[in-house]
Amino acid sequence: MLNQVYRLVSARQFEVQTVTETVTSNDIIVRPKYLSVCHADQRYFTGNRPQAVLRQKLAMALIHEGVGEVIVDPQGQFKPGALVTMIPNTPEQTDNVIQENYLPTSKFRSSGYDGFMQEYVCMKRDRVIQLPSNFDPEMSAFLEMVSVGVQGLTRLTTVMDADDRRIGIWGDGNLGYITAVLVKQLFTESQLIIFGRHQSKLDYFSFADQTYLVDAIPATLQISQAIECTGGRGSELAIDQIINHLRPMGTAILMGVSEDPVDIDTRDLLAKGITLRGTSRSSRADFEQAIALLAASPVTRERLQSLIGLTRKVRTVQDITEFFESNLSHCWGKAVMAWEV
Amino acid sequence: MIYAQILAGGKGTRMGHVPMPKQFLSLADKPILIHTIEKFVLERRFDAIIVVCPIDWLSHTNELIKKYIHDKRVQVVVGGSDRNDTLMKGIAFIRDHYGIHEDDILITHDAVRPFVTERIINDNIAAVLTHDAVDTVIPATDTIIQSTTTAVDAIPVRSTMYQGQTPQSFKISILVKAYDSLTAHQKASLTDACKIVLLAGYPVSRVRGEAFNIKITTPYDLRVATALIEERS
Repeated sequence: MLNQVYRLVSARQFEVQTVTETVTSNDIIVRPKYLSVCHADQRYFTGNRPQAVLRQKLAMALIHEGVGEVIVDPQGQFKPGALVTMIPNTPEQTDNVIQENYLPTSKFRSSGYDGFMQEYVCMKRDRVIQLPSNFDPEMSAFLEMVSVGVQGLTRLTTVMDADDRRIGIWGDGNLGYITAVLVKQLFTESQLIIFGRHQSKLDYFSFADQTYLVDAIPATLQISQAIECTGGRGSELAIDQIINHLRPMGTAILMGVSEDPVDIDTRDLLAKGITLRGTSRSSRADFEQAIALLAASPVTRERLQSLIGLTRKVRTVQDITEFFESNLSHCWGKAVMAWEV
Repeated sequence: MIYAQILAGGKGTRMGHVPMPKQFLSLADKPILIHTIEKFVLERRFDAIIVVCPIDWLSHTNELIKKYIHDKRVQVVVGGSDRNDTLMKGIAFIRDHYGIHEDDILITHDAVRPFVTERIINDNIAAVLTHDAVDTVIPATDTIIQSTTTAVDAIPVRSTMYQGQTPQSFKISILVKAYDSLTAHQKASLTDACKIVLLAGYPVSRVRGEAFNIKITTPYDLRVATALIEERS
C-alpha cells in the first residue's frame, strides 16, 4: 500500500513523503482522527533540540498521542470504524524483568520512528485498544499522556512507604494536571498539593487541596511522597525543593524530561533516605489501566475534558505548520488536531 | 449506492515501446493498477469497485486482482474504444448488476494515479453527495498558453487556471442524461469526463487535489513516481 507520511524535514518545515507499507495479518490499518501535540513534538518543530539529535532523527512524522478509526483488520478482531487509541511504544522483544517502555530496543513513535502524522498508520495488533463509546475523541487523543501518568503512579505505589497522607506534585503544566487528576482518583484519602510557577495555571487545579507558587512554599511544609512533572530547566529547582520538603524515607517520582544534566543535592538526599525513581513513557498495561480509570469515573473524564486547549481541523501541510505555530502562543491545555489531511 | 470506477482501459501508447499497458507496469514491486485499487478498497462506503480494462488484458487483470486484492466488491469489466466509451461500459455494468437509482454516485479514477489519498477520495464523496459532478484540480503552477497554430493565441490569467486530475465524481443519473444529450461530434471531441456534464449544461464543482497525485503516462513519469516512493524501514 502506498501511504502518505507527513514528516518534519527541518525546523518549521513539513513535507509529504510516499512510503510503501507491507501489511501483514498481524497489522491493523488505522486512519488517524484526532492527534495531540506533546512538548517533545513542539521542540522538534522549533528545532529546539541539539543539532546532532535533529540530524539523526529528522525527517520524521511527529505526534505520538492520538486516536484513529480502524479501516482494515485482516483478522476481524476490530470492526471497521472502531475508535482506537494508538500505543506509540513498539517493543521489538520481550523481557521478563524490563518493561516494554524501558527496553532500549523498543521503537517509539515521533522519536526516531514515524509518528502518527500519516494518511494511514499500520499498527501491530497489540498496539491498538478500542475505546469505550462514551469517551470524547478529542480528550482521548491525549490518552497516551494519561497512560504516562498511570505509569508514574504505578511506579510510585511499588516504591513508596506506607505514608500517603500528603502527595505533592511539582509542575503546573499538562503532565502535572493529568497526574493530579489521577492522584485524586487513586489516592482518595490523601491530601493533594500542587507546586507551580504560574498562578494562572494553578487556578485550574480546583480539585487539589492546596496549591503553592514555588517561591512561596512554607519552610515547614512536609510532603509524604512527591512527583516531579516539570522537566527542562525547572527540574533542578523542583528536585531541590522536593528533597527539602519530603519527609525522611519518602519517594520522588521523576517524570519531567530535562534536556541537560541537573545538579542534585545528594547530601540531603542521602541523609533523608529519599528514593528517586525515574519513569518514562508507558506500556500497553498503562493504557489499559488509564482506560479503566476513565471509564470508572465521569469526574476524571470531565476534568481531563477541560484540558483540551487549541483545537483545529487540519487539511493541508500549511494547516499543520500553522497549527504548530499557534500552539506556541497557547500557554494552557493540550492542542488537538482534527486530522483530515 | 456509492460506486468507484477505476479506468484501466488505456493501451499505454505514450509509454513508448513497452509491450504492456502502463497501468500494469511495476511500481515499488507491484503493478500500478494494484496500488490504485488498494487505496479504493480502504473506503468501506463503496458498494462496488469496478475496474475497467482492455479486452486483451481481462484475464491478466483478473489474475492480478486475485493475487493482490481480497475484496469481493472489486469487479473487472471490459472497457470500450475510448475513454468515454470505457466510462459508459462501467456504468452499463452497474445498471445491469445493481440497477440505477436517482441518488447513485460514481467516483471515477485513473488507474495510473496511484498516489490518490484518503482525503481526496473522501472529499469527492462528500462533494458529489451535494453536487451533480465534481472535478479534482490543483492550481496551475506553469503559465498556460492557448495555441492552435505555431503562434500563441492567448495567455489566460494563471490564477484562474487549474490542472485537472482524478477522481472525477458524478451523480450517475446526471452523467448518463448528459452523455445521451450530446451529439456524435461533441462526443468525439471529449477528452474529459467532466466535460460531458459541462457541455450538457450542468454545473461541475471542484475539490482540491495534490501536486503528487500524478498520472503515470510516460517513462519520465514512471521514473518520477519511483523516486517519490520510499520503503518503510
